[in-house]
Amino acid sequence: MGTTLAEKVWADHLVRKGTDGAPDLLYIDLMLMHEVTSPQAFEGLRLAGRKPRHVDQLIATEDHNTPTVDIDKPNPDETSSLQLTTLEKNCKEFGVRLHPLGDADQGVVHAFAPVLGLTQPGMTIVCGDSHTSTHGAFGALAFGIGTSEVEHVMATQTLSLKPFKTMAVNIEGELPKGVTAKDIILAIIAKIGTGGGQGYVIEYRGEALKKLSMDARMTICNMSIEAGARAGMIAPDEVTFEYLKGRPHAPEGDMWDKAVEYWKTLKTDDDAVFDKEVTIKAEDLEPYVTWGTNPGQGAPISATVPDPESIADETERNAARRAIDYMGLKPGMAIKDIAVDTVFIGSCTNGRLEDLRVAASIMKGHHKAENIHRVLVVPASSRVRLQAEKEGLDKIFKDFGAEWRNAGCSMCLGMNPDKMVARERSISTSNRNFEGRQGKGSRTHLASPAVAAATAIRGTISSPADL
Amino acid sequence: MEKLTTLTGVGVPLRRSNVDTDQIIPAVFLKRVTKTGFDDALFYAWRRDPEFVLNKPEYAKGQILVAGPEFGIGSSREHAVWALHDYGFRVVIAPSFADIFYGNTAKNGVLAAIMPQESVELLWKLLEEEPGTEMTVSLEDRTVTCGDVTLPFEVGDYVRWRLMNGYDDIDLTLQHEDDIAAYEKMRAEKFPFKPKTLPVKQEPEQAIESAREGEYPNWQGPLADRGII
Repeated sequence: MGTTLAEKVWADHLVRKGTDGAPDLLYIDLMLMHEVTSPQAFEGLRLAGRKPRHVDQLIATEDHNTPTVDIDKPNPDETSSLQLTTLEKNCKEFGVRLHPLGDADQGVVHAFAPVLGLTQPGMTIVCGDSHTSTHGAFGALAFGIGTSEVEHVMATQTLSLKPFKTMAVNIEGELPKGVTAKDIILAIIAKIGTGGGQGYVIEYRGEALKKLSMDARMTICNMSIEAGARAGMIAPDEVTFEYLKGRPHAPEGDMWDKAVEYWKTLKTDDDAVFDKEVTIKAEDLEPYVTWGTNPGQGAPISATVPDPESIADETERNAARRAIDYMGLKPGMAIKDIAVDTVFIGSCTNGRLEDLRVAASIMKGHHKAENIHRVLVVPASSRVRLQAEKEGLDKIFKDFGAEWRNAGCSMCLGMNPDKMVARERSISTSNRNFEGRQGKGSRTHLASPAVAAATAIRGTISSPADL
Repeated sequence: MEKLTTLTGVGVPLRRSNVDTDQIIPAVFLKRVTKTGFDDALFYAWRRDPEFVLNKPEYAKGQILVAGPEFGIGSSREHAVWALHDYGFRVVIAPSFADIFYGNTAKNGVLAAIMPQESVELLWKLLEEEPGTEMTVSLEDRTVTCGDVTLPFEVGDYVRWRLMNGYDDIDLTLQHEDDIAAYEKMRAEKFPFKPKTLPVKQEPEQAIESAREGEYPNWQGPLADRGII
């Protein structure tokens, strides 16, 4: 019997097979680090008198609580400031490469590594952050870990892990016009639920994916964790190789050929069997928007806010009731009738160049609607910001009445000052619509950059087709 | 990690059950950047009460905590064990422990000793009759001795072996160092193209302009507060 992509990558990193129910010891090619989940890991090393085993397989940046304005001034937030200076001190002491705030390669940890060409097919990549699954878009096995594990990886370059189960999500057929990667993943999560992927590595498959860019594939893999999955993967192909070629850390010359030869073997065998399979029909999809307080509470944009009383499952019914109340909505109202205060375009889900291009192409020649309080455009990394400026996108955003911010996680999780006030409503291209995520009492509707841009123009939740 | 074989120290009776990790250390302390120095955070709320057991001078130097059942329930925060350890507790005795907390103790050199409720009650009585009484915990014999009384406790063979040798998770993995080294040798031959983060390679450095915050002097607050959905 054949093996799946995830099983191949696992097998190629097996240091030691666990026996009698003990976990396997897996080799880690690359660990990404940031200011929030690394300080105790560094201190653990220091207290035990240990050194990183391979400092050239570690890289750090600053993103979670960095400000996106006034980066040339002292940071007024004490906790944030302490975490950032601690990271800088730790990286210096242990010799870890760091791209700090103000550096051209600084950015959200899952955005800066692919741009540098450090994310490559067939690698194992970890980070103390759940959205590490993003890197699976390259055919890497990438997943989030805790702080103790961060220390363990620094000291040993390995992790003790039990093998994950495998799930195929087949996206069959052609995508209709106006449907993007974000809509695909929101539809998948709405279908399988926020716990549907628990214990699995998802492999996204199907013709529709082959036509998607790397930026779009990263959006899909990024939100695997919102379906509860440990990781998401897409088999590498010519689109992957094209993206990587010429990037700073991509292999060169003979090494490139050797690498591509190996990368081409990284696909699920025809006779391999997944533990679970799910199929989505691409032609049935339309833009998706969440109405509730978890990413699985989403619906097509043309739908209405559900009536909880019509939900059969009691737990889900109660959850929907609570969510609709928190969100300040009414059962049965059209999603398109919901007016928003704030538009957030950014994050490791949708803050890459393609996302900004799409938003700018829709906003061009328009101005934000009367009722829109503010539009924040936050590039995921500083390189993305520089490239967008080169293409004149910043000018389009500013003419539209949007703010053009510095790179970081920003309002996705509101760890920095980019927060909403209670009852403020956003359409957000980020990944989580949990209660209070974007500020205490804040209300979040997740959507694609195209939907966010169209909503910013009309003031109510809209797709570009409504313009 | 320090080895733990035999420990003699002051026993502290904590007559409470279901002690959750929020009581052991409140969330506000999780913002810190260290994994030591949490002694002041231990039982932070309870220590505001002058009558709390640790506020009695005889118990202040406690090293062995004797608590009620289901100790360590709630949030998974490893900080709870760090705080106990930093305060000076190397042993917690209770009739039962929450799973995640129990797993975190052995990783951090703290013994979670399981004893029947009757034994715990007896220890509470002895420690309260004579505050500041020293007890001896022997991992070797799996016993606790307090005055004339010696009582057995339960501890798994694997946890006991780890604690007696002072092994943390990293030590355990490094027992397979040969396997890691062998893998790395194979990796260098079979996958010579795998990227390294050093030496640094990047596009030319460019200055990043600082953005400024937008000003909205006329904003009247969320639409919802103005009756608009």
